[in-house]
Amino acid sequence: MIVETGHYALVLALAVALVQSVLPLAGARLGDGRLMQTGTNTAILGFLLLALSFACLVTAHVQSDFSVLNVFENSNSAKPMLYKVTGVWGNHEGSMLLWVLILGLFGALVAGFGRDLPASLKANVLSVQAWITTAFLLFILATSNPFQRLSPAPFEGQDLNPVLQDVGLAIHPPLLYLGYVGFSIAFSFAVAALIDGRIDAAWARWVRPWTLVAWIFLTLGIAMGSYWAYYELGWGGWWFWDPVENASFMPWLSGTALLHSALVMEKRSALKIWTVLLAILTFSLSLLGTFLVRSGVLTSVHAFATDPTRGVFILAILAIFVGGSLALFAFRAAALEAGGLFAPISREGALVLNNLFLTTAAATVLVGTLYPLVLDVLAGTKISVGAPFFNMTFGPLMLPLLAVVPFGPLLAWKRGDLMAAAQRLWAAAGLALVVVIAVLAYTRGGKILAALGIGLAAWLILGSLTDLAGRAGFGRVARGVALRRLAGLPRSAFGTALAHLGLGITLLGIVSVVTFQTELITTMTPGQVVEAGGYAIRYEGTEKRQGPNYSEDAARFTLMRGTDRVDTMESARRLYTARQQPTTEAGIRTELFSQLYIALGDAGANGGATVVRVWWKPLVTLVWLGAVVMALGGIASLSDRRLRVGAPARSRRRALLQPEPAE
Amino acid sequence: MTRKQKRLSLIAGGLAVIGTAVGLVLWGLSSGMAYFKSPTELLAEMPGSAQRIRLGGLVETNSVQRDGTDTVHFRVTDTVDSVPVTYTGLLPDLFREGQGVIAEGTLGSDRVFVADSVLAKHDETYMPKEVVDDLKKRGLWEDGKIKAQAEPAAAGAGT
Repeated sequence: MIVETGHYALVLALAVALVQSVLPLAGARLGDGRLMQTGTNTAILGFLLLALSFACLVTAHVQSDFSVLNVFENSNSAKPMLYKVTGVWGNHEGSMLLWVLILGLFGALVAGFGRDLPASLKANVLSVQAWITTAFLLFILATSNPFQRLSPAPFEGQDLNPVLQDVGLAIHPPLLYLGYVGFSIAFSFAVAALIDGRIDAAWARWVRPWTLVAWIFLTLGIAMGSYWAYYELGWGGWWFWDPVENASFMPWLSGTALLHSALVMEKRSALKIWTVLLAILTFSLSLLGTFLVRSGVLTSVHAFATDPTRGVFILAILAIFVGGSLALFAFRAAALEAGGLFAPISREGALVLNNLFLTTAAATVLVGTLYPLVLDVLAGTKISVGAPFFNMTFGPLMLPLLAVVPFGPLLAWKRGDLMAAAQRLWAAAGLALVVVIAVLAYTRGGKILAALGIGLAAWLILGSLTDLAGRAGFGRVARGVALRRLAGLPRSAFGTALAHLGLGITLLGIVSVVTFQTELITTMTPGQVVEAGGYAIRYEGTEKRQGPNYSEDAARFTLMRGTDRVDTMESARRLYTARQQPTTEAGIRTELFSQLYIALGDAGANGGATVVRVWWKPLVTLVWLGAVVMALGGIASLSDRRLRVGAPARSRRRALLQPEPAE
Repeated sequence: MTRKQKRLSLIAGGLAVIGTAVGLVLWGLSSGMAYFKSPTELLAEMPGSAQRIRLGGLVETNSVQRDGTDTVHFRVTDTVDSVPVTYTGLLPDLFREGQGVIAEGTLGSDRVFVADSVLAKHDETYMPKEVVDDLKKRGLWEDGKIKAQAEPAAAGAGT
């Protein structure tokens, strides 16, 4: 019964989405307030129905109802409860339902929080949002129904792919989807503006917080996915330029560009048309990512099932939405009033430079990701474009951008003074140079690129701190005054500084681990000792253990510095019984920001010996911590009072009702 | 600066970056990509050692040899032809004789393929897509598995 309720709720949600696709839009055309109001109600109702449907699927998974095909294929009664719940989105059908649920959530949020939006804009936005919902609900109901029954019901399920039975996976897809799907709001606003033929700075003030929310989640989602791949796959790598990773990275790059261009539009009423285009492109890249990951054109842990009809369906959705919105853009962009021009050396100019590099970089990633697919379809030639390509193209495009990042926030709007900015940055530049020289001295001149990379990271970190210090007036006024000024700075200033600081931290982690990591692969017998990261690591032996739905060989290691015993570590290989699939459970020991990483090789593939891989990864956690700092910057910026649910009229009204304490 | 100059500087800057990017992409594609080849195709074409190749097929039965170091020798077959491969390092999970594999590296002048990375399948149901497509193309794939596997492994003899 629960399962049928879920299915029925899904169909009802489709009906509601169809209503929402048409009525509010018609209302906006006709200027009928009541028709426009239906958008708000249907958006909230649609979300509730989707939530009910999702809850039903979760219930089926929790109760291990194997009469549901989806549960049978992806669950097992011996699976721990946490993974029974997260297994709901650890498969194609369930993850698509989560995708649409989040889409509905964002629609409902716009409906709920958008009280101050111009009624016609809100109605248009909600209708566009409903088009996307309709398309994906049709996709789910026609090709990927998670509530498909199975008769007779099997006694036991096939279990979830063991590499997905992990806490990291519990949060990675929801975070990523909140990011991907969050960009749909920017897209809907862009399309609504094109339909209306009207756009102003208030539009940007509305779009920016939504984009920021999506961007924060996408940043965290990508970082989480990267960390998951790092510790769960046992390969010790954190980024493989795999098409699936690129699929999430491209919307991040263009979303980052969108954040910056929306800033120009909000403050200076410039770059309007470009911002609209970026909003469309960013969500198009999210859709492309969904297509790449969900259609089965790629084989990876993400390609749960390969069913050609699904691929064609998503491709059709992609073609309609990307093609349609770009065509609309081509027809209507001319109707939008172009923004003003500005001097190249100015805050706007710096942000244009940012956009130029970010979108070009996203384009190179797009080429590298799609070229093999296109070549395969057109010429039948199978190629792979791997890390060397991306290092050769993406790297050189990022370096100049990173080098000029600290200048951006120091330039004034309209007409900036490069010399003044350079004067304020000389201390940061000098210190970064000292860092370069120190690294060169430490490596005895052997690692010039690494020295420059670490210097660049230091430049970014110090540059962002310089910006804050300069605004607070450290060095110009008394320290107490400066501290008070610092506390009084707008939160967006902290947002900028934190985001750029995080970028520097990530870069530092990347350069450090790429240059200074040590890797050791060896066969070991109990009692044998290897050295890594200044430790002597003694292999103590392996014991067999039994888990709830797996058996494992756990190898124990003792860490010694000299003759002192420091710690013990454990690294295991598991065999998940239901699928007869092995996984690596790497032993990881974090020491400040560096990690010692021990993984066991597959004994069967390596002649029965215990093969041990030991990595010393200096400062590796900075790669992900930097992303977290970036996200914190996003949160700080989001809490800026000018963005706090936007419209000044409302805060004035509220201020009259209940006076808020001044900040 | 006049309006015209402002606009021109913007366009010039944009074109410079995009031009650089196009150049980088072309350069990257010419040297940074690897072609997928089956053993038969590889032996027919004999590409130079500068060309990166992804050699895909099955690990030939009874071909895996270890010489006591980390270096492993094995042959990759598409059931028609086979190519000897050497690889130094840890072999991936589920690397087994008779199973699908992709070795990435270059073909040496001695016709031995030197792999710097070896990929095997992730789980029981996953087989490298390129290998499956290649086998399908030549009618060696049936009902989701390799035709040759049903018969006693007469590797190299074909079907």
